[in-house]
Amino acid sequence: MKSMRKSRLVITIAAVGVAGMALAGCSGGGDNGGGDATDADCTEYEQYGTFEGDSVEVYTTIQGVELDQMVQTFDAFQACTGIQVDVVGTQEAETQINVRAAAGDAPELMIIPQPGLLQRLVGDGYVLPAAQSVEDNVDEFWSEAWKGYGTVDGTFYSAPLMASVKGWVWYSPADFEERGIEVPETWDELLDITEQLAADNESATYRPWCVGFGSGDATGWPGTDWIEDIVLRTAGPEVYDQWVTGDVKFSDPEIVTAFDEVGKILLNPDYVNGGFGGVESIVSTTFNDGGLPILDGNCSMHHQASFYEAQWPEGTVVAPDGDIWAFLTPKADPSAGDAVTGGGEFVAKFVEGEAVDAVQTFMASDTWANLRVGLGGVISANKGLDPELAGSELGRAAIEILQGEDTVFRFDGSDLMPAAVGTSSFWTGMNDWVVGTSDTQQVVEFIDSTWP
Amino acid sequence: MRGDDFWGSFGEKLGVLAIGLAAFAAVVGLVLFLADRAPKKGRDVIQLIAFLAPAVILLAVGLVYPAIRTTLLSFTNRRGEWVGLDNFFWIFTQPNTLVVLGNTVLWVILVPTVSTLVGLAYAIFIDKSKGEKTLKSLVFLPMAISFVGAGVIWRFVYEYRAEGFEQIGILNQVVVWLGGEPQQWLINSPMNTIFLIIVMIWIQTGFAMVLLSAAIKAVPTERIEAAKLDGANAWQQFTNVTVPEIRPTVVVVVTTITIATLKVFDIVRAMTGGNFGTSVIANEMYTQAFNRGEFGQGSALAVILFILVLPIVIYNIRVMRKQREVR
Repeated sequence: MKSMRKSRLVITIAAVGVAGMALAGCSGGGDNGGGDATDADCTEYEQYGTFEGDSVEVYTTIQGVELDQMVQTFDAFQACTGIQVDVVGTQEAETQINVRAAAGDAPELMIIPQPGLLQRLVGDGYVLPAAQSVEDNVDEFWSEAWKGYGTVDGTFYSAPLMASVKGWVWYSPADFEERGIEVPETWDELLDITEQLAADNESATYRPWCVGFGSGDATGWPGTDWIEDIVLRTAGPEVYDQWVTGDVKFSDPEIVTAFDEVGKILLNPDYVNGGFGGVESIVSTTFNDGGLPILDGNCSMHHQASFYEAQWPEGTVVAPDGDIWAFLTPKADPSAGDAVTGGGEFVAKFVEGEAVDAVQTFMASDTWANLRVGLGGVISANKGLDPELAGSELGRAAIEILQGEDTVFRFDGSDLMPAAVGTSSFWTGMNDWVVGTSDTQQVVEFIDSTWP
Repeated sequence: MRGDDFWGSFGEKLGVLAIGLAAFAAVVGLVLFLADRAPKKGRDVIQLIAFLAPAVILLAVGLVYPAIRTTLLSFTNRRGEWVGLDNFFWIFTQPNTLVVLGNTVLWVILVPTVSTLVGLAYAIFIDKSKGEKTLKSLVFLPMAISFVGAGVIWRFVYEYRAEGFEQIGILNQVVVWLGGEPQQWLINSPMNTIFLIIVMIWIQTGFAMVLLSAAIKAVPTERIEAAKLDGANAWQQFTNVTVPEIRPTVVVVVTTITIATLKVFDIVRAMTGGNFGTSVIANEMYTQAFNRGEFGQGSALAVILFILVLPIVIYNIRVMRKQREVR
């Protein structure tokens, strides 16, 4: 019995020892520093100064190929300035940043994918105001609206980085030609060609528009993009800004008007839903499938953001003279400039340091934008960007729109609204609206009632 | 580079797992060892505590504390201010939430009864038949599929394309073959709730069938023989001998499925997201608390769910106790 006891004690102590040793040897993940560009031309980079052994972490949600491209943009910068830039990409960055900042382990810089999160982090006191050199770059290369999204309570914190454009109307140039249709210049013209296409239609399966709201438990979000586009175009940017902050209600006349305008298309069974069925098939059609009937001639137009370029089947040429092309949802007032909704990213600083300022300034420059866009797959609203560098025809068109002198740019409204509306009741409201369980008045009142 | 990352992180995760298990074993070993070496006086009590403590602590942290906090939250609004019973009034007065309650009632009535009846009938018909094992496996297979997986599968079954288009969903294809019009099974309320309920029945029937089949096999053959000699026909044998014998199992099956049904969330979430009047209590709780930030209303729904489950659990425990006394 005694010897039994002894052996048990030995086993126990051994197990504790193993656990202790293992815990001591447990360490975190590695980093991925960029390679050294050996013979880079450093004249571009002299303005950033030279440093000895400084390293700056850039934290981001970007992953995969895009992350590798992001790392590449710093090759010459690292070689010329001596700053080591570690780009760390993780899917959980949006939630992890709160944990890291609270624990005093914040990254030097973070690429923040939406203004709402930036404002929250500023409100929590984690984000530091940007250096003057960053602000100078933003004043030079970005529009007032973009700078505004990186500004909280009059203090400038964050420079924009990349952008995306929403509100494209996808169509087939050949189909338009065949049906004798011109790309419309105004919203009214868009309604006119829709009416004409419906009147000329003899097929049971064809409708001018095809629409898909389906997206699992996020079903309805493509509908919010429709409303946002039309609010921006019919009510203007000032009303739009008040709408996303809740000062203009959904039930106010400007927003109800936008619903009515969108309803002229989405609620008309003669206009939707080509290739899928009636109006109520909008919610049972996934957003990925939504535009595909254009390829079989079952519809002519599909409203969706720029990411839809990747949804077309292999071998589809997306170009003004290709199989598929897109025009921007037209403006309501022919004399106004283009109005665009979209998304974008912001670079925020969490730790003071000269090397950190140098990296943040570089990321706000035209040099960085041209480097990154030249690698393909993304666009930016940087005015110093050469549109020819864009990886696709659509990217080039988007850059030209973003750089337009009188282009009004506004962020996707549902991303800026409180989550209770932007990622919940606005979606379900759109679903009830197209299914017909609620009329416009009921929908806008319902969404207003969920505003926190 | 990506591949290295994967194996690197995989190895790291395995390492962490091994450390966790080793640490757990070490702590347990140490505690039990010390309990073993405890002084003679009060050794029983110390050993009792050593064995019970982990379970009690985990229950307190993982069940009791959250339950109390949820209950308290249900009396507050989104800003954490005390509002009394407002959230409960909201549940029982809003047309939307009344639909949610109604749907839940429908689920709880249909799923347990239909699954149990179908499972029982199936178990009896295939009892002692050729290929019984295979036939049982066929019905039991859906049990192995997660609710979300089942939701995805059945979404394809119910898929809708308008008349004149090629149907992707098998159900609409069958309807078209029979000369009917394709239907929006998941959108037209209130029938869409029934089509969601069918998915749960499909999953739960196998569970009911396996348990009831085992119970039927446990009925003593002497009694069946005796009933036969007394001139009872098959139906009478079933109602007068088999049913009373398997009643405890039926109770367990019905109550288990009822509790699972009350908590149903994944099927609704995966198939309709609770849109189009198909939401149930658990799904609405999630939507209110985590999508809309209405933690008070979400908690109130959770409390209602808890209250609904409670009597079933208590009844279940009492039945089990009775059985033990009999034995």
